[in-house]
Amino acid sequence: MTSQVITVTSGKGGVGKTTAVANLATALAMDGKRVVCIDGDIGLRNLDVVMGLENRIVYDIVDVIEGRCKLKQAMIRDKHYQEMYLIPAAQTRDKNAVSPSDMVRICKDLRPDTDFIIIDSPAGIERGFRNAIAAADSVLVVTNPEVSAVRDADRVVGILEAEEKGNPSLIINRLNPALVKNNDMLSAEDVLDLLGIHLVGIVPEDETVIIGSNRGTPIVTDGKSRAGQAFRNIAKRLQGVDVPFMDLAPQSGLWNAIQRLAGRK
Amino acid sequence: MGFFTRKRSATSAKERLQLVLVHDRTDLTPGQLESLKDDLIKAISQYIEIDPEAVRIELEKDGREQRLVADIPLKSSSRHRAG
Repeated sequence: MTSQVITVTSGKGGVGKTTAVANLATALAMDGKRVVCIDGDIGLRNLDVVMGLENRIVYDIVDVIEGRCKLKQAMIRDKHYQEMYLIPAAQTRDKNAVSPSDMVRICKDLRPDTDFIIIDSPAGIERGFRNAIAAADSVLVVTNPEVSAVRDADRVVGILEAEEKGNPSLIINRLNPALVKNNDMLSAEDVLDLLGIHLVGIVPEDETVIIGSNRGTPIVTDGKSRAGQAFRNIAKRLQGVDVPFMDLAPQSGLWNAIQRLAGRK
Repeated sequence: MGFFTRKRSATSAKERLQLVLVHDRTDLTPGQLESLKDDLIKAISQYIEIDPEAVRIELEKDGREQRLVADIPLKSSSRHRAG
């Protein structure tokens, strides 16, 4: 299998890019793939804490670029998955410390020993974003079913088209099926109709995501988490496996009514 | 507008986004579209009689394709003359 470089981006911040990267990478590692994640958000390093690897960082990507260490030395091995690594962003530098050609070179060096290289893009459409997409074979655009996130996703898709980066795929994150049912949230169909790109997954809003990032353990490892299931499905689709979309109809019935009464919903 | 007669919010979100995205993608403001329409009316009127009030110029989208669609009804008198 040849290696794939996948960049995860969104335009708007806070829609769940870093969560998506941590979960997709972990799900791919669970499937036995060799994975390297790169945090592309220079100056606002975050992927390390979401993956629970913040205490292991010695070198970062700027150290590699500026020749202070070898690429291997900046690759932090995951706690649970031997074949998964993180290359952290520099925290005290800015985005100008990295160029698009640096990213292309690093990915080229990683490719022979890696199945998936997943790059976490910073928010925005400036230098950091350009760096993050420079080496990408394919791009995943994350959005929320919400006006500002959809608008920014559309801008990003337009730029990717102009840059001839191929057709990006869409992840709709934090969809709340009960709100959609009430017609108080854009449905997945609405978002797809507006953006007009290929859908690779819908992730329901799920409080276990926060619990996972609190612990530094991506929720794909939790077999019961709905969002975890959605990310596992996306990871399968990235491997070319045809997985049906989850049924996201709001759960009804007595148990839900009790939870609602108890203030849990 | 009362609570019960109000459109549900997802419907207005979609309608508003449809408009905004069309203009974002083309980099054409509603004002520029108006002046394009005025220029078009002027140009066409040199050749054929049209009703400026009835002219509709809209940006439509089909997937990620954008299209400028013009509906320009001819004045009935000019149709008689042509026929």
